[in-house]
Amino acid sequence: MKILVCIKQVPGTTAVEVDEKTGVLKRDGVESKMNPFDLYAIEQALCLRETYGGSVEVITMGPEQAKMVLQEAVYMGADRGILISDRRFAGADVVATSYTLSQGIQKSGTYDLILCGKQTTDGDTAQVGPETAEFLKIEHVSNVLQVVEVKKDGIIVLENQEMQVRKLCLPLPCLLTIEKDANTPRLPSLKRKMEKTEQKVEVIGLDDFSDQDPKHYGLAGSPTQVERIFPPEKNTDRQVFEGSSTELAERFTQILKQKKYI
Amino acid sequence: MKFLKIHQELVTGEIAEQMCKICPFGAISEKDGKLEIGMACRMCRVCVKNGSPGVITLEEEAQETVQKSLWKGIAVFAEQEAGVIHPVVYELLGKALELAAKSHQSVYVLLIGHRLADAVQELLHYGADKVFCYDSEELAEFRITPYVNAVEDFVKQIRPSVMMIGATVKGRSLAPRAAARFCTGLTADCTVLQIKENTDLVQIRPAFGGNIMAQIITPNSRPQFCTVRYKVFAAPERKEQGAGEAVYLRMKEEQYASSVRIVEKIEKPKEMDIADAEVIVAVGRGVKSQNDLRIIEELAEMLHAQIACTRPLIEAGWFDARKQIGLSGRTVKPKLILTIGISGSVQFVAGMKGADCVIAINEDPNAAIFDVAHYGFVGNLYELLPRFFEEMRGGRRDG
Repeated sequence: MKILVCIKQVPGTTAVEVDEKTGVLKRDGVESKMNPFDLYAIEQALCLRETYGGSVEVITMGPEQAKMVLQEAVYMGADRGILISDRRFAGADVVATSYTLSQGIQKSGTYDLILCGKQTTDGDTAQVGPETAEFLKIEHVSNVLQVVEVKKDGIIVLENQEMQVRKLCLPLPCLLTIEKDANTPRLPSLKRKMEKTEQKVEVIGLDDFSDQDPKHYGLAGSPTQVERIFPPEKNTDRQVFEGSSTELAERFTQILKQKKYI
Repeated sequence: MKFLKIHQELVTGEIAEQMCKICPFGAISEKDGKLEIGMACRMCRVCVKNGSPGVITLEEEAQETVQKSLWKGIAVFAEQEAGVIHPVVYELLGKALELAAKSHQSVYVLLIGHRLADAVQELLHYGADKVFCYDSEELAEFRITPYVNAVEDFVKQIRPSVMMIGATVKGRSLAPRAAARFCTGLTADCTVLQIKENTDLVQIRPAFGGNIMAQIITPNSRPQFCTVRYKVFAAPERKEQGAGEAVYLRMKEEQYASSVRIVEKIEKPKEMDIADAEVIVAVGRGVKSQNDLRIIEELAEMLHAQIACTRPLIEAGWFDARKQIGLSGRTVKPKLILTIGISGSVQFVAGMKGADCVIAINEDPNAAIFDVAHYGFVGNLYELLPRFFEEMRGGRRDG
């Protein structure tokens, strides 16, 4: 079974602030790390390889330094990493990112199964996985708790809905996004770090794709546009009410109604 | 189409250094006296605004423009399970009505499923102009391919300007696939939506775990897809009289097929981890006896809340240890936490200070919990809560 895991490098912290006057992001350093949600997808992939054999590859899109997360995945046990990098991909929104990924995936190989984390910690959208599946024209299931079994005619997974868990059977190839805490991700292996695994990361760009029209990528290929960024309003209001229990109960009811809890 | 242009002739060593520093994403670098913008660029345009004047400019290249007048109407996807409409749908409808009034558009509802006659009738009580329905046995269960096909068919026939979808598990699967099919913009988890005269939807959403708000538009693509979480907008009042038109649509036969098979559906037990709860009612020593927990249970049921407690109540044996909030218990981050008879020790507060909204009831006006609470009620819970229940029984409303 050939498995590909899509991963992403995200800022090391979400504790960023916006300078209200200039609209500039203020970050503490530029430390980055692997999107924590992706670790569950990698772990799921490695478990499947242990059971069914095959290979696990990881792919990411980003600048040169995003190689770090591919490297980390290789240390965890992935066989190969692919970095999609090209300055013409800069400024990509969800659609452009998903399209780029789908092109990169098609260039990199033929896979039975593509796994993604449920969402990222920087964008929080949980949309790139399903959009990528759409561009690849394959089925997908989001919020997968567990891959139960891989059979000849398909894969059986548990999908985590709000009120119920559905056991689904779908054909391969397909794409799954793996739920947080679905498993316990292993740590990168020191032994693999010591081995020379550097050469296992490969870089591809627009010139390697089947669709080389730059208008379909990066900012040009992005239908959405960020008009501005600004800090959220902080709710520092604290109200303390005193009075008769009738008055308090009325106010209590009013607040809960206002917040739409009753 | 907009892009950044570097005017290399203006670049000096000093300017290059300044420009590299100014980029919040570290996307600008210098090579052989020339500036380069790398892939880390997020087009925040800080280099244009705050950099050395004229060195990097924002240029615009003419491109094909979408004819916005051909795309009319605000459409809401009505998620349902076995014919029961998800409550987020009514909230989306409330916002859709508001946006439609401002931009002189109609409000449409898109309903997909099986045996939906009652659901269609119900939706007509909420002010939509038309309810479009794909009703077929193959659509009884949510399966992504036929559902996306139905959205595609609807969009092609009706051409709505905006498509609003609840940010539920299903919505988060459906919205991105549909948006990708039309290669159009999708903004997830919007918390504020406004509309311009030209039908451009102004979408505001949190990013970086809520530390930043981003305002996003989809200026040259239609429809404009967005998702909104449950309990962000207000649902409109249900009207006595249903109005509007029900329209049943069919797509091509092959569009109904799915290769996904539902093997089993397992209902989740109601008991859940308090760490996952959206609403929590937490109790402390202010509750005098274990019998009194009945009123707390009644309150929790009313708010669809999980019950949690402080450490002393665990020690008293009233609750399972998994229900404890605090340093030695669980950390919770619900949308709403109601603390009842809790003084607010440092250890307790450490486990719940991430809550979006804290409402506290306590008899002691000096209790530390009032420093944390957004809304504090200084009063006796044995008087306040029964009054509250009376109030609810008196002026009850649906939902």
